[in-house]
Parts: sequence; structure tokens; C-alpha cells
Amino acid sequence: MGSHESTYAPKSRLAKWWDERLPVMRLMSDQLIEFPTPRNINYLWTFGGILVLCLVVQLVTGIVLAMHYHGTAADAFNSVEHIRRNVNYGWLIRNLHAVGASMFFLAAYIHMFRGLYYGSYKAPREILWILGVFIILAMMATAFMGYSLPWGQMSFWAVTVITNLFSSLDGIIPGVGTAIVEWLWGGYSVGGATLTRFFSLHYLLPFVIVGLVVLHIWALHIVGQNNPTGVEIKTREDWVPMHPFATSKDLFAMFAFLLLFAWFVFFLPDYLGHADNYIEANPLVTPPHIVPEWYFLPFYAILRAIPSKLGGVIAMFASIVVLVFIPWLDTSRVKSTKYRPIYRWFFLLLVIACLALGYLGAKPAEGDYIMWARIFTAYYFAHFLIIMPIVGIIETPRTLPRSIAESVLGPSAAVEKR
Amino acid sequence: MNTKLTSSLAATVAAVLTVSLAVSSAAAAGGGAHIERQSWSFAGFSGQYDKQQLQRGFKVYQESCSNCHGLSRIAWRNLVQPGGPEFPEEAVKALAAKWPNQIPDLSDEGELARVKKDKDGKVTGFEYVKRAAKLSDPILGPYANEQQARAAQNGALPPDLSLITKARNVENHSGWVKHVLVDMPKDMLVGYQEGGADYLYALLTSYADPPANFTLGEGMQFNTAFPGNQIAMIPPLSKDNVIAYEEGAGAKASLEQNSRDVAAFLSWAGDPTLNARKRIGWQVMLYLLITTVLLYLAKKRVWSRIAH
Repeated sequence: MGSHESTYAPKSRLAKWWDERLPVMRLMSDQLIEFPTPRNINYLWTFGGILVLCLVVQLVTGIVLAMHYHGTAADAFNSVEHIRRNVNYGWLIRNLHAVGASMFFLAAYIHMFRGLYYGSYKAPREILWILGVFIILAMMATAFMGYSLPWGQMSFWAVTVITNLFSSLDGIIPGVGTAIVEWLWGGYSVGGATLTRFFSLHYLLPFVIVGLVVLHIWALHIVGQNNPTGVEIKTREDWVPMHPFATSKDLFAMFAFLLLFAWFVFFLPDYLGHADNYIEANPLVTPPHIVPEWYFLPFYAILRAIPSKLGGVIAMFASIVVLVFIPWLDTSRVKSTKYRPIYRWFFLLLVIACLALGYLGAKPAEGDYIMWARIFTAYYFAHFLIIMPIVGIIETPRTLPRSIAESVLGPSAAVEKR
Repeated sequence: MNTKLTSSLAATVAAVLTVSLAVSSAAAAGGGAHIERQSWSFAGFSGQYDKQQLQRGFKVYQESCSNCHGLSRIAWRNLVQPGGPEFPEEAVKALAAKWPNQIPDLSDEGELARVKKDKDGKVTGFEYVKRAAKLSDPILGPYANEQQARAAQNGALPPDLSLITKARNVENHSGWVKHVLVDMPKDMLVGYQEGGADYLYALLTSYADPPANFTLGEGMQFNTAFPGNQIAMIPPLSKDNVIAYEEGAGAKASLEQNSRDVAAFLSWAGDPTLNARKRIGWQVMLYLLITTVLLYLAKKRVWSRIAH
């Protein structure tokens, strides 16, 4: 594992004995201490570490919540209230978990846009990127099922609306969609059986995410980190060891992120949620306005922008799946958008389109809202399928620095004073 | 194909369509009413409950709301605990024991109901076994279940009020520029979480006579804050018949004051750990802030060894 020679030298006899049998200390030393980190990476590169932190927070708080939660239709809502009111610091654990989901997605989206901007999906990082796409898909499935667990009105109706999407597959092969929906529900409507299986899967999927994250980090440590220039590490001047350089920066960024996290946990615990989810699920009363959590809004806008139900479902899933192919859709000779005078404007448009779709996903699907949702949906797909291949061919990139060291120290590539 | 599934699918699709249509028409009509923001002692990132206000609010709940609404997620003991109205324990014990809505219990024979007999020993019916409330019991409303409530309330269901302020919010009717670029950052910065209390205050103070061209349903009331303006709840508080406060209660009784106090009390009922949450929140923020600064200095020192 790793693209560089191991520099670990066991200091004691015991360490040597251990190293010959299970070189776990060697792995730690090579991957967490000596691992070459480009000396020019900026704070956007701290989100990988922040995401690991988010995952751990969700796992720890989730396991504690599961000790007090009852995954049955009759008791789920009451047990969440019991956690909020009667469990010692239950309100804190529950807020950490609910707000934590939002923070997880916030960090993941920043991480993804960083990868998109600096071309971190391009060779040799295709597998690394695709594993990331799988992780975000697994995160979405986990978050969706987790949102059903409080069994409030919005939980219930979000599950109803989203699981019903699969019935549109009846339009391709009659009966298949219905069968899938019935299978997901565990019955003929959303009910206790649905809740129980979603709870089970919500507990399982995070461990799938852990597995994917291990592969993601493994792949990262094979190909090495990208950097703002997109020029790979060539000489010893280009990198610094992970510890203490990247670790000190990551730790600072993590705590800065925790400040934002804590602000929402303690002062805005319900800001990112929906009031209707404080009403217990009732299959007979539909809330006036069914909206998903904020991190699903852009996808919800794409779903509703397409006039056909099946088409909407396909577009929504395609909006994620298309990311798998961008290592080959991007024809540019350089990785980093910093050196791409034309593409950088399109990148800005992509960011605007995603934010606008998020806003439109929260609005009713009608009139001007639906027109704008269609325009931005069209742009979203055009960006990856048309603009990326074409701009990459016609654009003349700015001159890249010859090395990472040159980009930092100037063309003279002065010898560092260490 | 399974007919049950088909019909449930059809019902769901119909429901979703109805909702989107209802939403469209509501949005076309300008949505819900504009709700004025009130100033609350427990507002924002530093606010805490005003103990006296919660005590007054409980009085309003007791004398008005509790005639129809339960508060079942609040136990009597919660009225004594820190961060709430903090009534004296003995007073709450006495009040619980006298509370008209008693706690369902089991008879000595372990039954939920006991047989009623006339003086000749003939069975005439059943009555539920009930006992007086203790500190550990929930504050119950007058109805045993939804059916009984609807039967007594002309078909309407008075909801339990334990979460009413959490379950309501106010809509932002501004255009996207103001909504996204001004209101949202401002609300996040000040920690605005009082939409439910604002709405409840508006609801309680917005009963009015319907305009001439407005047709009210039978037994319905006109209320400008309620979505659709028709509400089944009769005005629970009124100008002419305010709920009086004792001398030294901290405020003078009026319709507005009654409404404000009960909205504050119900905010506490929905979020009884708010005081501790915000207090601990500042301790955590302070710790994080100091650690973040120290980590920044450490990072700066480490990176000063190399040009970057």
C-alpha cells in the first residue's frame, strides 16, 4: 500500500518482533505520519478529515440513540420525544445526530466541488472519484432512511412520495414497479413494516459507508493527493510529510468546522428541519407542503422539473450517476480549473445551477419556479455531457508551473530552509 | 395486479396531486398570513425562559386551554424542575391530586374497568378505573381518546399541546433575494427558533368578525392568522374576559399578555431543556473557540518552518 518506500524503522525489540508479524505500526507511520502531502494544498483539502469526523459523530451518536429508540410505528415518535425530554443529555445526542446529518452533507458537497474544481477525478484518480460517488449515494440512502425514523408527518410522507417513485417503473415493464414498491414497503402501504426495515438498514448502511471510506482512503494513498496546480508530485521539494504539516492544518480546520456544527446543535437545532415532523405520522392527513431535507432539494427540483414521472425519476438518479463518467467526459489536458480560462466560467454556472436547484426544490412546482427548474436542470446535464467534452478540446489552458515547488517558491525554486 | 396495492397507490398519487394543487392555489393566493415576530425572553442564541412568565402561562393553560387540550408529554414533576415554571413541589402535588382529568389505572382485580351495579346488585354498566395524578403522571386533557374528543367537539380534534410550538412555524413570503441573502443569514446568526411561538401568539390574538363576502362553515370561527382563515377552535381568550393574574405575577392581564404568556409556556412544554441547552452551548462554544485559536497558532508555527 502506498506509492512511496516505507521509512519506518522499529526502535525496540518488541516493535521489531511485532513489525515482522503484523506491521500495523509501519502502516500508521507510512500512511499517517510520513505520507507525502503536496506543500501547496489549501483549506479545501481539509474536508476529507472533516468528513471522517462527521462519520464518526454519526456512528457514535447513532449507536447511543438506538439504545433508546423504538423502531415501531406505535412507539417511534414517542421514543424520540422520550429521548428529547427524559434521557440524560438525550436532547444533545439527538441534536448532534440530526444536525450532524446536515453537516455531513455540507462537508461532502464542499469536498465534491473541490474535486470538481481542481480536476481531482482525472487520471490517475478515477477509481478514487468513483468510490466517492458511491459514498455519496450510500450517504443519501442512509440519510433518507434515517429521516423516516422519527415517524413524524414529514418522515411518513417523504417515505411515501419517494418510495412511490419506483412505481413509475411500471411504465417500462408492467408490474415491476409495483412489485418493488410493495417489497420496499413490506406491505401494501407505508407502515410499521416499512419503518422497521428502514431502521435495520439505517443501522447497516453506515458500516457499508465505513468500508467504502476505507477503500476511498486506500485509493487516495496509492495515487496521492491532488493539489491546486493539478501538477503531480515529482521531487522531494514538492511535498511535506503529512505529520505535522497536514495534521496540524486538518485539526485546526476540524475545530473551526465544529464551531459551526455546535452553533446549530445548541442554538438552531430545528432550523434545518421541518415543523411538520413534530406532528406524529398520520396516513390520513397529508401535510400541505411535502419537502425533503435541504441536502436533497436540488435532486427534488430535478425530479419535479421533468414532466413525466418516470423521466423525473431517471433524471434524478442520472444526476448522480453522471458523476461516475466525468473522468472520461472531461477532455481537458490540465486538471485544475485555475488554469482553464473558459471552463472556470462554466464551473461558476454549475455552482449557481446547483444552488438555484436547491432553492427551487423548496418551492412549489408551478409557474416560473418550474420553468427555472427546467432551465437549471438542463444546464446541470449539459455541463457534464456537452460543455466538459467540448470546452476541454477548444480551450487553451494557461501555462502550468513546472512543479509544485515552483508554484510555491517561484521559478528559481529556491531550496527550502528546513 | 393486486387491487389493494393499486388502490393504495392510486390514493397516494391522488393525495400527492391534491397536495400540489392545494399548494399551488395557496401560493397563488399569497400563502398563509404574514405573522409578526414577537420579542421573547427565550429568543435567539442567549435567551432563557422567564420563570414568572411560564407560571402565568401555566395559569392560562389551566384556566382556558386545559378545558379541551391535554399536555401529555409534560409530567407534573416537570413543573417543579429547574428551567421551567419552577412551582413549589407541594403546590404541584396538591394541584395534580385535584386535577379533574385523572389517570387511567387498574382495579384491584387488575381490570381497566369495573362493573357498576345498582342497589339491587344488578349490573348497569361499566366505569373506567381512574386515580388522582401524582408528580410522575402526565398532565392529561379531558378526553380519553380521539373519538371521545371529536364526539364532544363537533367533529374537530383539539390536539395535545406538548409540541404545538415546535409543530408550527412561519413562512417567509419574501422574494428569493431577501429570503436567501438577507433573512436566512440573519436568522442563522441570531439563532431564530421562535416561529412557533410567533404563530401561536398571532393565532390567539387574530380572531375577528368575518368580512361580508366570507362564508364561514358551520361552527367555524374566523381567524386571520390561521391558514384558510377558518378554525374550529372557539376564541380561547377574549378581551372582555381575561385570565386574571395575582398581585406580583409580573404582568398585567390582558388578551395580549395572556396570549404571550401561554405561548411562552407552551414553548417551554415543547422544549423543556432550552435553558440548559443554551447555557451548555456557550460553554462548548467558548471551549471550541479557545481550542481553535490554539490550534491555529500551532498550525502557523509548524508551517513557518517551510515556505508555502
